Amino acid sequence: MLSKKKEKVRVLSTAKLADDIYEMWLATDMAQEKGAGHFIAVYPKNKTMLLPRPISICERDAEKGALRIVYRIAGAGTKEFSTYQKGDTAEILGVLGNGYPLKEAEGNTALLMGGGIGIPPLLELAKELKDCKKYIVLGYRDAKLFLKEDLEKYGEVYIATEDGSVGTKGNVLDAVNENKIKADLIYSCGPMPMLRAIKKYAAEKQIPAWISLEERMACGVGACLGCVCKTVKEDAHSHVNNARICTDGPVFLAEDVDI
Amino acid sequence: MNTEVKIAGVMFKNPVMTASGTFGSGMEYSEFVDLNRLGAVVTKGVANVPWPGNPTPRVAETYGGMLNAIGLQNPGVDVFLERDIPFLQQFDTKIIVNVCGKTVEDYLEVVERLGDAKIDMMEINVSCPNVKEGAIAFGQKAEALYQITQAVKRKAKQPVIMKLSPNVTDITEMAKAAEAGGADCISLINTLTGMKINVEKRCFLLANKTGGLSGPAIKPVAVRMVYQAAHAVKIPVIGMGGIMTAEDALEFILAGASAVAVGAANFINPYATVEIIKGIEAYMERHQIEKLSDLIDAVRE
Repeated sequence: MLSKKKEKVRVLSTAKLADDIYEMWLATDMAQEKGAGHFIAVYPKNKTMLLPRPISICERDAEKGALRIVYRIAGAGTKEFSTYQKGDTAEILGVLGNGYPLKEAEGNTALLMGGGIGIPPLLELAKELKDCKKYIVLGYRDAKLFLKEDLEKYGEVYIATEDGSVGTKGNVLDAVNENKIKADLIYSCGPMPMLRAIKKYAAEKQIPAWISLEERMACGVGACLGCVCKTVKEDAHSHVNNARICTDGPVFLAEDVDI
Repeated sequence: MNTEVKIAGVMFKNPVMTASGTFGSGMEYSEFVDLNRLGAVVTKGVANVPWPGNPTPRVAETYGGMLNAIGLQNPGVDVFLERDIPFLQQFDTKIIVNVCGKTVEDYLEVVERLGDAKIDMMEINVSCPNVKEGAIAFGQKAEALYQITQAVKRKAKQPVIMKLSPNVTDITEMAKAAEAGGADCISLINTLTGMKINVEKRCFLLANKTGGLSGPAIKPVAVRMVYQAAHAVKIPVIGMGGIMTAEDALEFILAGASAVAVGAANFINPYATVEIIKGIEAYMERHQIEKLSDLIDAVRE
């Protein structure tokens, strides 16, 4: 059971990784909790913006007590975060969500696929996956890559770009096909069209795929029922085939969700 | 110092409750706050059968507030009685169950099923702006509100709170209709119906197009309506709408509310309820107020 809390934390460092993509290391003992596929929510300081912004954990350093988040500027809240500097404080809620299962990969070949701002959670996942062969396929818009070198430390990395400037021209599945990658199971995070395609691909190959979903959230802790997704089976909370992405997810087995 | 308040014969240890729909049945926030500290937990609305709610996106942020169009997703009264009530009974706090329905019969079925449950009060949701049938249809016409209040009161074994909508021309008329129908208490305000449009994409932010506006942006409207309603009826009033701090809560109490409910603030600060209770206690100490009830309707003209 993870303990959840809201706390004010110190910003250890910040950097711009690509156009509109930023990273921030935060000092928090939340780093001792689980990380792969989990998320934190960051509260803007500008109080006209009330709701915390859910951002996946990219990496954690349990020893130093530091969490790394990598996020895209999507609006005024994340724009504010991008102005934070080393030594500033940030207010966060965490650790939230249900992450990627790790045991299933042991002794198997895992295929990790990330698209755009869905790439960051794959880093912590790749670090935590043990005793398995890891193919990591990353999809970007163009040659402005980010987190590629980090991920190369933990597996065999392939790139797909929409404009064909690096790696395979196309999406992550195009890169999988081009490189004849075969796997026993899939882990993924990315935009909805990509996740839909992966769900279909996994069904065809008859292998499990865990996908991380995104939705607009309010509370982040399962109370408000704002961020639901359709599920194939009855959900545990409301029994109406609507699971809460913030608490039942964000990671779901693809065959369990109706996306 | 005595922070107790009595509403319809029920004694609350303090006037701070949770606003329906923002706190589930307390489970999720029990990881953050000690539910024993709360005056009451007001549950998410429960219907006779499970309701799936609306499509997503269901929430959107606005300037100093937020819109929601959850559509009253809930597991229905059976699961609720088996799971949520026993959970809440572990705590030394009052239990108020919010009841929703599409038809009068739906409401009455839930009210009847709750009859033998160990709950302290019922709050009848006739003010949700996000469902097409029922709910607000009963809360925007005085005659309809009077009728449903009377019907609920005939069946209810626990004291009944009617939760009023601010989306009406004259809140005092609605407050009086609830009182005339036999309500033991009224609570207000539910959310204000709102809309947000993404101008770049030329689309609505909410799948439901409209949603209920809550958060600090609505507080002055809520304080005004609570003041008007409290002065129009003799039954007690529970005030809510954008309460973020103890000062906000005290505004409502001074305006005439016997108790207050904390809603969207839980999303912004999961410790909000308990911090507000502590803040009220600090205020009473600072102003040497012996009894919280002395502050009710104590604004000076």
